[in-house]
Amino acid sequence: MAFQAYQGEGWLLTKAEQLINWGRSRSPWPFPYGTACCGIELMAALASSYDMARFGAERVGFSPRQCDVLIEAGTITKKMVPILKTIYDQMAEPKWVIAVGACACTGGVFRTYSTQQGIGSIIPVDVYIPGCPPRPEGILYALLKLLDKIQEDHPLYKKRQEVAEALEATK
Amino acid sequence: MSLKERVLNCLKDDVIAVTEHRGDLSVEVPREKIVSVLTRLKDDPDTSFDFLSDLFGVDNLDLYKKKKKPKKKAEGEEEKVEEDKGPPPPRFEVIYLLLSLKTNERLQVKIRVPEDDMTVDTVTCIWKAADWPEREAFDMFGFKFKGHYNLRRLLMWDEFEDHPLRKDYPLEGKGEVRHLKYE
Repeated sequence: MAFQAYQGEGWLLTKAEQLINWGRSRSPWPFPYGTACCGIELMAALASSYDMARFGAERVGFSPRQCDVLIEAGTITKKMVPILKTIYDQMAEPKWVIAVGACACTGGVFRTYSTQQGIGSIIPVDVYIPGCPPRPEGILYALLKLLDKIQEDHPLYKKRQEVAEALEATK
Repeated sequence: MSLKERVLNCLKDDVIAVTEHRGDLSVEVPREKIVSVLTRLKDDPDTSFDFLSDLFGVDNLDLYKKKKKPKKKAEGEEEKVEEDKGPPPPRFEVIYLLLSLKTNERLQVKIRVPEDDMTVDTVTCIWKAADWPEREAFDMFGFKFKGHYNLRRLLMWDEFEDHPLRKDYPLEGKGEVRHLKYE
């Protein structure tokens, strides 16, 4: 656990970063962006038999402004690229991206004029899941990997760096 | 009367070629008369092809090129001179698949379109259903459907410049990218 409890009246000692990471990693609200058959597997992972809500991904949001994890499940055509980019830009920080399936990772079997060869060149991706399509266990495993990544994050340190950079830029 | 006789009776002189393959009848007609031909096939009570199932383009870029096959010659055999079959037919085709809801018969109507003049009269005045198939054929092959009320690209984005289903377009594209534009 990220904090230590002392006997007695009851108070906690913890580091602010660990407290923030604890909160973030226990409520990753996913944004389902299903564009192909991987979306069906994503639905199965969210539904009751696999139940992604066990790991905190309880509330599936359909507004990018209220979500933390963009789960991109499916093929992205070149016509779709600006829409994906807009949705990613609309999400508030902090935000993470999971690329589900071969198409989202590399373009998959669709090595053609109309298909984007992997979404990694458009938006930063945190976890890639291979498979065509991956099983719901794969999606759950990716979510757990993402939670590990969130817990090793340094949100305050990053914030301080951002502020320092902004100050540097104004000088 | 068989379907072939009825169709020939309906179209009379406008038929360039008729082929039948495994029970499927196919008729080639002149490009300029496509609207009149389809209207007659629809209105004639003998044929009554009142339903357009599909409309699409075909690119025959390499089909009519002479094949270079080094034939093994048996000794003493004289070299055969290939017959001159005249100039090859125009490169593109537009194919209309018709269905008669009354008799449940199908017919394929074909027109040929040369590369230097890609205009074809629209059939949206006969069937509303030709709207999107014509837009798709324009998008993929570049046919200019004269009289179509909204001839924009259907599958590719508006700024795309090529026609990707043509045989001389590379499979992986020419590096076209759609850019994000804020208004």
